[in-house]
Amino acid sequence: MDLVLQLLFTGIGIGAVYALVALGFVLIFRATNVVNFAQGEFSMVAAFLMVVFAVDLGWPYWAAFLVSLAGMAILGVIFNLGVYYPLRHRTYLPVIISTIGASILMANLTLALYGPQPQVLQGWFETQGIQLGPVFLDSQYLLIIATTCVLVAFQYWFFEHTMLGKKLQATSQDKEMASLLGIPVVGMIMLTFVYSAILGGIAGILVAPILFVSIQMGSTIALKAFAATIIGGFGDVAGAIIGGLALGIIETFGAAYVSVPYKDGFAFLMLVLFLAFRPQGIFGERVAEKA
Amino acid sequence: MSTGGQNGIEAKSAPGDAATLRAPSFPVSHLGFLALSIVAVFLAATMPFDGYVLNILMQAATYAIAVFGLSVVLGLCGQINLAQAAFFGFGAYAVGIGTADYHVSFWLCLALGMVVALGAGAMLGLTTLKLGGHYLAMVTISFQQIVTLVMTNAISFTHGPDGVSHIERPSILSSQQAYLAFCVAALAFVGYLVWQLPQSRLGRAMRAVRDNELAAGVAGIDVYRTKVYAFAICALLGALGGGLFAGGFAYISPDQFSFAESIIFLTMALLGGIASPIGSVIGTGFLILIPEWLRFLKSIPGLYLALYGLAVILIVLFMPDGIWGFISSIIDRFRAKPAPQAAGDLVLQPGQRGGETVLEVNGLAKHFGGLKAVDGVDIAVRRASVHALIGPNGSGKTTILNVLSGIYGATAGTIRLDGADITRAPTHIRSIAGLGRTFQNIRLFRTMTALENVVIGAERRGNELVDGSAQALEKRALAALAFVGLKGREQELITSFSYGHQRLIEIARALAANPVLLLLDEPAAGLNSSEKLELHALLKRIAAQGLTILIIDHDMTLVSEAASHITVLNFGKRIADGESVGVLNHPDVISAYLGSDD
Repeated sequence: MDLVLQLLFTGIGIGAVYALVALGFVLIFRATNVVNFAQGEFSMVAAFLMVVFAVDLGWPYWAAFLVSLAGMAILGVIFNLGVYYPLRHRTYLPVIISTIGASILMANLTLALYGPQPQVLQGWFETQGIQLGPVFLDSQYLLIIATTCVLVAFQYWFFEHTMLGKKLQATSQDKEMASLLGIPVVGMIMLTFVYSAILGGIAGILVAPILFVSIQMGSTIALKAFAATIIGGFGDVAGAIIGGLALGIIETFGAAYVSVPYKDGFAFLMLVLFLAFRPQGIFGERVAEKA
Repeated sequence: MSTGGQNGIEAKSAPGDAATLRAPSFPVSHLGFLALSIVAVFLAATMPFDGYVLNILMQAATYAIAVFGLSVVLGLCGQINLAQAAFFGFGAYAVGIGTADYHVSFWLCLALGMVVALGAGAMLGLTTLKLGGHYLAMVTISFQQIVTLVMTNAISFTHGPDGVSHIERPSILSSQQAYLAFCVAALAFVGYLVWQLPQSRLGRAMRAVRDNELAAGVAGIDVYRTKVYAFAICALLGALGGGLFAGGFAYISPDQFSFAESIIFLTMALLGGIASPIGSVIGTGFLILIPEWLRFLKSIPGLYLALYGLAVILIVLFMPDGIWGFISSIIDRFRAKPAPQAAGDLVLQPGQRGGETVLEVNGLAKHFGGLKAVDGVDIAVRRASVHALIGPNGSGKTTILNVLSGIYGATAGTIRLDGADITRAPTHIRSIAGLGRTFQNIRLFRTMTALENVVIGAERRGNELVDGSAQALEKRALAALAFVGLKGREQELITSFSYGHQRLIEIARALAANPVLLLLDEPAAGLNSSEKLELHALLKRIAAQGLTILIIDHDMTLVSEAASHITVLNFGKRIADGESVGVLNHPDVISAYLGSDD
C-alpha cells in the first residue's frame, strides 16, 4: 500500500509534465489545426538553456529561469515565422513535415553545439523533500505539481476572463470571422506559439532535475504528451491534463510492476489501445473530418 | 567511376516520364525501360568497382526500394509514415537473425521479413487510418521508438546494441558484385511496378484519396481500405529494401533503423520528389552521395542531421515537388499532350432492380446533439423524374443529401435505393449501388486533369457500361466531358477551369459512373445567368436519357421549370410534397419563404 501511494505521487508528478507539454500541443492545434511535432523540443531547448545559464554561467536559478523563458518566447516567434507562417495556406501535411524538420533541426543543432554528454541540473531546493506518513514527497515533484496547478488556473482565468484570451479563443474557433471582427489573427497565432513554447519550456526546466538533460528528452516527452492528448480526447484542454496525469501514473506503475526497459512503451500501448477502441478519448471530441 | 555506376542506376528509370501524374496516356516504351534495366544490371555485375563504390551503390539500391514505399504512401496516397526505418529493420533483422542464428534460407527469411512488415503495417494502418493524418504521424513515430526499444533491449533475440553479424546471402549471389546486380534488378523491377501504379485502378484510387477523401468515397472508392493498402505496400517495400540491405552488408545494428533513419528516408523522398519513383531514386542517390562528399561535417555530431532537418523545412517551403517534380514540370512544358481518342456520345443506362420508386426515404432523421436538423422526412423519387428538394436556408436540405450519400449516419429512418436498403451502408457502397452526387462546394481531385477526374467516376464498380480497360474508361470519360460541353479541354488541370466549368466537371464525373440516381447539391449556386441556362439545358439532356435526378437548389425558376415533383422542407420537417405547380402555390410554402401575416 505504501508503495502504491508512493508510485501514485511520482506518477502524478511525471504526469504533470506531460500535461504541460500536452497543453502546448492542444493550444497550437486549436489555433492552427496543425499538430506541432516540435513541441517536445521546446522542453529540450529550455532545459539546455537552463543548464547554460544556471550551471555553466552559475546564475541564480530564478534569473536563469526567467532568461530561459525569454529565450523560449523568442524561439516561439522564430518558429512561427519560419516553420508555420509560410505554410499556413497549405494542407496539414506540409506543415507536419515542416515541424518534424524543425524538430530534427533543433535537436541536432543542440547536439552539435553542446555535445552528446547528458547534463545534470540540480533540484531547485536544498531539502530533498518531506516525509508525509508512509510517502516521501520529493521537493522537485511537489514543485512540478504546484506549478502545473498554478499554470492551469492561470490559463483558465486568462482564456475565460480576459479580452486577449477571448480573442485567442475566437481565433481558434473561426479565423475568418475573427479577422472580420478586427482581431489580428496573425498576431494571435504568433502569441499562441509563444505561449506554447513557454509552456513547453517550463515543463522541460521543471523535469530536468528528474531526468538527464539530453537531446533525446524532447522527442520522448513529445510522444508521451501526444499519447496524453489522445487518452484525454484530442483537442480538449481538460483532456490533455487528465490524459497527462493518467499516462504518468500508468507509466510509473508499469515500470514498477511490469518492466523498466520498456517503460517508454506503455505510452505507445495506451495510444494504440485508445485509437482502436476509444479514438475520441476520455472526453470525446470530434474525430472525423466534417463534410 | 562511381558516378558512372550511379548514373546507370538512375538512368534506367528514365522512360518513367509518364509517371508524372498528369499524363497517364503518354506513350512510353516499356521495352526501353527493360533495355535500360538490363544495361544497369549488366554494368552492376561487370564494372570493376572497388569495395567503397560497391558499398555506396549497394546502399543506394536497397535504400531506394524503401524510399519507393514512401513515394507510394506519401506521394500517391497523401498519408505519412515516419517509421520506414522500422519496416526496413524488420526485413534486415529477419534476414540477419534468420541466416546468422538459425541458418534458414535467405529467401525464406526475406519473405518472412516482408510478411511481418506487411502485417505490422496493416495493423498500424487499420487502427489509425480511420482518423486524421496527425494520428498516423504520431503513431508511426511511437511505433518507430518501440521497434528501436525492442531491437536494443531484447538482447537474447536481437543481440541488442551489438547488432547481428555474419549474415549470409544465397550461394549463387555470394560475390559482392553478383549480389549488387541482383539488388539493381530488384530495384528496377519494383521501380517498374511503382511507376505503373498511378495508372492502375488502385493507384488512381490512392490519388483520389490524397486529393479529396469525401469526393473519393462518393465516387465509389473505399477510402479506408485504399489507405491501408498504401500503408501496407510502403511497409512491404521497406522490408524488402531492408532484407536486401542486410544481405549486402552482412552486419546490422539498431542505430541503422532508428527514427533518425526514418527522417533520412523521408528527406530522400521529399528531395527527389514524392510523386514519382524517379524522384525517389534521385533523392536517395543525392543523400547517399552528398554525405560521402562532405565527410568533414561528420566530425561534429549532430550537425549532419541538423542540416537534414533544415533541408526538410526548405524543401517543403520552396520546392514542394522535389528535384524531379521541378524537372518534369519543365519537360511537361515542351511536351505536346497526346490527343485523346475521339469522344463518342454519352450513353446513360441507369440500371433497374426495384420498382417505380428509385429513392424511398422513410422517417429519416438526423440529430446533432439536441439539434434536429432533419426530423422524420419522407421522400419518394419516381424513376426517370426530376425531383427537387427545396426549403429556406437551414431547413436541412444539404444535411439530407449528406445522410443520403452516407457522409452522415442517419439517426432514424430508412433509405432504399432502387429497392435495396442502404441506410447503414458506407459511402462507397452507396456509390456502387448507383448513387451519384455533386457537392455544393465543389470537390474535385485538384492535382489531376479533367479527364482523370472523370475516369475515376467512370471506374465505379457496378458501372456495367465499361469493361474496366483503360481505353474503355477513357472513352466513357471523354464522352461524359463532351456531354457537359467541355470537349477539347480534357487534358487541362482542374485549376485552369472557371468555377462554373468545375461544376460541370463534377457533373460529368457523376454521369460517367452511369448512376441510378443523381443527387445535385445546389448546382446553380454561384453561376451567372448564361451558365444557369446551360445548366438547365444540361439537366434536360440528362433527364431525356431517363436518369432520375434529385436536385437541391434555391433558384426557383430553375426548380419550377426543371422539376416535375417538389418536396419542401422547413426546420427539418417536410411541409409540402407533390407536383411542382401545386406545391409552389401551397400556402405553407409561401409563408415559409416569404413569411406570413399571422
